[in-house]
Amino acid sequence: MTTSIVCLIERLKMKIAIASGKGGTGKTTVATNLAKYLSENRKVVLVDLDVEEPNSGLFLNGSLMNQKEMFKKIPNWESENCTLCGKCQSVCNFNAIMKLGENIMVFPELCHSCYACSELCPTQSLPMIPMKMGMLTEYKVEQLGFVGSKLDIGQEQAVPLIAQTLDYVDEMYSDDYLKLYDAPPGTSCPVIEATKDADFIFLVTEPTPFGLHDMKLAVETMRELKKPMAVIINRYGIGDAEVEAYCKVEGIDIIANFPNQRYIAELYSQGKLIYPHVPEFKAELLKAADYCKHLVKEN
Amino acid sequence: MKEIVIISGKGGTGKTSLTASFAMLAGQTAVIADCDVDAADMHLLLKPERIFEEDFYSGVAAVIDQDKCIQCGKCQEICRFNAIDNSTGQYLVSNLNCEGCGYCGHVCPVGAIEMIEQNVGKCYISKTKADNKMVHAGLKIGADNSGKLVAKVKHEAKASAEKDGKEYIIVDGSPGIGCPVVSSLSGADFVVFVTEPTVSGIHDLERVYQLVKKFQIPSGCIINKADLNEKVSKDIEKFLADNEIIHLTNLPYDESFTTAMTKGQTIVEDKTSPITASIEQCWQDLKIILEK
Amino acid sequence: MKIAFTTKGIDWDSKMDPRFGRTEFILVYDVEKEDFTHVDNRSIADQAHGAGPKTAQLLFDLKPDVLITGNGPGGNAATVLEKANLKIYIGAGDMTVKAAYEAYKNGNLKEG
Repeated sequence: MTTSIVCLIERLKMKIAIASGKGGTGKTTVATNLAKYLSENRKVVLVDLDVEEPNSGLFLNGSLMNQKEMFKKIPNWESENCTLCGKCQSVCNFNAIMKLGENIMVFPELCHSCYACSELCPTQSLPMIPMKMGMLTEYKVEQLGFVGSKLDIGQEQAVPLIAQTLDYVDEMYSDDYLKLYDAPPGTSCPVIEATKDADFIFLVTEPTPFGLHDMKLAVETMRELKKPMAVIINRYGIGDAEVEAYCKVEGIDIIANFPNQRYIAELYSQGKLIYPHVPEFKAELLKAADYCKHLVKEN
Repeated sequence: MKEIVIISGKGGTGKTSLTASFAMLAGQTAVIADCDVDAADMHLLLKPERIFEEDFYSGVAAVIDQDKCIQCGKCQEICRFNAIDNSTGQYLVSNLNCEGCGYCGHVCPVGAIEMIEQNVGKCYISKTKADNKMVHAGLKIGADNSGKLVAKVKHEAKASAEKDGKEYIIVDGSPGIGCPVVSSLSGADFVVFVTEPTVSGIHDLERVYQLVKKFQIPSGCIINKADLNEKVSKDIEKFLADNEIIHLTNLPYDESFTTAMTKGQTIVEDKTSPITASIEQCWQDLKIILEK
Repeated sequence: MKIAFTTKGIDWDSKMDPRFGRTEFILVYDVEKEDFTHVDNRSIADQAHGAGPKTAQLLFDLKPDVLITGNGPGGNAATVLEKANLKIYIGAGDMTVKAAYEAYKNGNLKEG
């Protein structure tokens, strides 16, 4: 391990986000297997923050501990004192509220909950009310804690749901838990929301031109956020050696190389964990787990 | 002129590789539009040479004029996104946090806040190795894809196709189920779903189909890696039949996709691969479907 | 009776715009007066999100009896148009305005 990372350990708490530049690289596979394996020996909670397409839960069968509706605030029109002045419509930058004839109409999924229309309304006719945007579920999978949220169909803003899910986890799971986040793919706002609170980032990639290209974007994003990171290569053996070459030049550790096997893809397709069935996979998982242990050296 | 949009709910199903293959097969008869702006990878296979580029602006962010600011702190008070910071003694806006709602501008008593359009990236028109034109975009870090950007990419593609009398526009669609994918679908003549027989693949296919159904666009589906899980493949085929989605073809789990990609090629350039023939047949079938 | 079309131009021979929210023009034909009016909607290209409901609002204010378009409006726009109480016909995205009107008169367009 490089010295810079050893220095980081000192101030690390225990939040690791597992991210990737593009979808389909195996981020969820890594997150679920790593979390389950680590939980055999220590307190771990896995948090699925890919709220638009949450799939981690499909791989973990546990007992349901809690289910919670998640809300965002939207304006609700009360017609009584409304003078139909149109101020709400003119201050909304998202086309989320509209004057239609004698009515004011709100489009909840376009609303960013900025409160402008509500608080600038001269007759207080638009109080903010809660509206369901998704569902949080919490499972216990043997020793592993699992929290995941799912955005309702038609809802467009992942960010508030991610933020509230993280608040829930911080409240329910004390600091002696290792917290693993399964982050959404890409480099846009939801990824930033899911990683800005993490102490360390594992970037999952494939050793292919697509994998490398999208990983570079993710590396740039994480550098912008000033996050320390390491890389995990999935489907190692397929493709080329460009990802390794890039990491070497950039000084980024590669902490595990999960092998490319058709059998692993089959297990994934059935929604099964990999490491109990594939020793070569488990060997690499041990390396990643060791790295985690170094990072979070128990106080 | 017919517009074909290729989408998949989740990543890693082979959508971009297949779109690029269709682009190769269509050659001069098509214009290509890459609307998968967040993970725009098609250029790695089609090797476009840029002919034209322009800056793209989308969304706004607040900027505080320090000469006018009287440090009253009202903007910070009302901002729900913690985007205004005064730890340096000045009130400053963090672009990563600002949602562009403009509320702060409405409460500032001295009019010190202006909403400035954000340069979020670039839009390009290029010529690919398949001798077709391609419209694509590159976003800056943290910038979101939007309906507006997708509409811009498609608009340029359409204008180019109209000008040169092309028969097809082939669109690599946006992921997810939000505004960008709505904009990808808008105006399309046919949608091709690319999915894989995994628990997450079928789950995400069902989600994105709901959207296509709303727009009443005819659609077909390619099941990639179909032999990976025969049972889920059958489930998908049943879903297609129940919803009048044309089952275009099944492709086997085959690493030659990746081998080709590593060489910077689409799979159809490898004439020895059995998959090449399947994709060629699929493109012929698509053309016939579009004639109707 | 007034019929609204989503179009790329302002006369009979213009092409239809298959998009609803991001349509370039809305053309309104008054059947009794045999008269055209149009609204330039091209500034909609500046809207990052929510183009659908915004165009629907415009249509709401124009109060046509019938809308003829291409794919049909998305969810939010459809909600607005329900309030506008008009009939929607889709599938005219490839036609000229004239052809779309003929197709409508002959009952060849699908109700959206």
